[in-house]
Amino acid sequence: MKWRRRVAVIGTGQTVHARKRDDVSQQEMVREAARRALADAEMTARDIDAVVIANMELFEGRALPELWCAEGAAGAGKPVLKIATGGTSGTSGAIAGALQVASGMFDTVLVVGFEKQSEGQTTAGMALTDPMWDRHVASAAIGNFALSISQYMAARGVTEEQAARVAVKARRNAARNPYAHLQQPGLTVEQVLASSVLAWPVHMLEMCPTSDGACALVYAAEDVARRKCATPAWVRAVATRHDQPYIGDLDMRLLTMRTLRSAAREAYAQAGITEPLKQLDVAEIYEPVSYAELAWYEALGFCPEGEAGRLIEDGVTAMDGELPVNPSGGVLSTNPIGASGVIRTAEAALQIHGKGDTRQVDGASLALVTGYGVYAWSDVLILSSDPG
Amino acid sequence: MTGAVIIGVGQTAYEPAKPSQAIPEMVLEAVERALGDARIGMEAIDAVVTASVDLWDGRTASNIQVTEVVGAVMKPEARVAGDGLLAAIHAAMTVGAGAYGTVLVAAHCKMSEGQHWTCSSWAVDPICQQPLGLDFLSAAGLQARAYEQRHGVGASHWARVVEKNARSARANPLAPRGPDRSAADVLASSVIADPLRALDAAPATDGACVLILASPERARSLGSDTPVALLGAGYACEAHYLGDRDLTATDALGAASGRAYTMAGIDSPLRDIQVVECSEAFSYQELLWSEGLGLCPPGEGARLLEEGVTQPGGRLPVNPSGGMLGGSPFVVAGLARLAEAVLQVRGDAAGRQVGGVRRAIAHGTHGPAGQHHSVVVVGA
Repeated sequence: MKWRRRVAVIGTGQTVHARKRDDVSQQEMVREAARRALADAEMTARDIDAVVIANMELFEGRALPELWCAEGAAGAGKPVLKIATGGTSGTSGAIAGALQVASGMFDTVLVVGFEKQSEGQTTAGMALTDPMWDRHVASAAIGNFALSISQYMAARGVTEEQAARVAVKARRNAARNPYAHLQQPGLTVEQVLASSVLAWPVHMLEMCPTSDGACALVYAAEDVARRKCATPAWVRAVATRHDQPYIGDLDMRLLTMRTLRSAAREAYAQAGITEPLKQLDVAEIYEPVSYAELAWYEALGFCPEGEAGRLIEDGVTAMDGELPVNPSGGVLSTNPIGASGVIRTAEAALQIHGKGDTRQVDGASLALVTGYGVYAWSDVLILSSDPG
Repeated sequence: MTGAVIIGVGQTAYEPAKPSQAIPEMVLEAVERALGDARIGMEAIDAVVTASVDLWDGRTASNIQVTEVVGAVMKPEARVAGDGLLAAIHAAMTVGAGAYGTVLVAAHCKMSEGQHWTCSSWAVDPICQQPLGLDFLSAAGLQARAYEQRHGVGASHWARVVEKNARSARANPLAPRGPDRSAADVLASSVIADPLRALDAAPATDGACVLILASPERARSLGSDTPVALLGAGYACEAHYLGDRDLTATDALGAASGRAYTMAGIDSPLRDIQVVECSEAFSYQELLWSEGLGLCPPGEGARLLEEGVTQPGGRLPVNPSGGMLGGSPFVVAGLARLAEAVLQVRGDAAGRQVGGVRRAIAHGTHGPAGQHHSVVVVGA
């Protein structure tokens, strides 16, 4: 990676996430996360040069929400812009903020992602796809995943039980994260499989929740980062891939997940990673449904094709495994959409900062972040304690 | 310097409606023109930044529909949900960072398929302001009234902006065909948000605009013979609540232009700039933005117009393209201003060309009463 200058995450903060945060307005929710990130970076609003907001406004039934909410993110009087790319909004916002600092335009950028889904109707919003070809079959996240999952299961021999284990892992991890939405420490594989089928083979308890929440992170250029932060989380790689807009054009989506595969390969090359499972210390990946995590293991090169089920069965990605995946509980436990990618990035930075508390992975110094959105869009970031 | 140059420009014609084109087809037209202008193919594009706003498109993640036509399949794309000039500034930062060698920037809006003022009411705070019926139109009425009371500038002054820009638009083949508008026509049109009248508001139009940015090295290797440098850029967002702002002070515009001028080494825009393209969604705003851009002291925007400074052929023409009053759509407007500024610097603006342009200003805005502003300075 040859950027003009180095950039690091030096502070993170998030709200408590819940189905309904009716104790705060959208602006107040943004402020709650921003205030914590600034405090973590030992900064005040005055220290921030620019703000990036990540949000999918139609999920709240709003337009240009940054105009109202940016004040909650120290944005009044400052450069503010909003990134909105579906589910990848948060990771795309995180990438945008890093590039803005790398450009030299700003020394510090505050990125805040938020979603207050309790004030909107997300599935209705998601169904607002192409009015001529797609809308009459639009089924939002659950239905379109189900189509691809059954094909994935058949081709790779993944079982319902293996997928359920992903959900159990996520919720057990979430139980050690005081900010996570779903707190289900005692969840069992049997309970997941006994929960209602949303669209076969997806069960209620292995799908991500609908959450309200916000998450913020502070980026700084190298000189500021070294001055303000003991263990800056340096941005070592970013990569984005978008894909076809029609689900019918995305043949074998989960089987190939070519966007994630390509973005990961590029990011690994930027960061000098050749054996991701061995070299990475922790991963925060965007898994909206249990099966997606298994498919992403393969696309991310954690295992050969067809062995993702074994990875989860053997506990390789558990908290005490070789590569803990989603110590935070992941999207399966918390999904305020525009915030979800910022949460992944902030949680990865938190691990490098050594501030993970009960969800800390010992000695984490190289962390992978992914974002997923629309039908098959992918973002990848790699953070490291080593500036490179 | 932002470290980026502009190597290609493409705009559709701006029309009250484009019923024969879906949004992707409309955007493709601008993309093909920009690639043709840069004399490169899509394979030369490293990344894409789009600008669109979901509610105006009636779609979630409204960039999905243009993924293919902007060439973003298996490429990086970021979507700035706001004015197109902001997308260009963000793209310039990604080039300046060294992340990409070329970035295609595309903005679109089909105002004919939505209800602009109704959509805009969903952009104001939903607790205190939206229930009162505030939208971008009523906010503009309040700002125009405040401007009138502060500086004694009124409807008869800003009606002449409409007259000027409607006349300029007739020299712009991309602007919708419309009749000449005299100041008297404006003053005779119906009141839409006192003191603003129907002809004080920019018309609703459909269109798309695309620019191609590159690093100077990449521009050279691509054989670009007309690169225009992005010399400076700035943007800023003011407080949201109208009561928290001095509506006649344009603080955000001052911050945005101040930053852009510092980067570009501009001391006095009136002296150092030869043409300005600004986003005047309403006639009075061209006067107010002239002040915010530092072309004159506060309250003297009307004098600038009356003395002919901002007229075509004046010392510093403002909106020789016709501006927003000449037909640029919401979201597209700021990027279209940049496209026009680039054409002016290149000497390619045909019938609307201003003589001897070395540096030009492009300005974009969105939000109630110009809450958010962005400014770019381009030069040879």
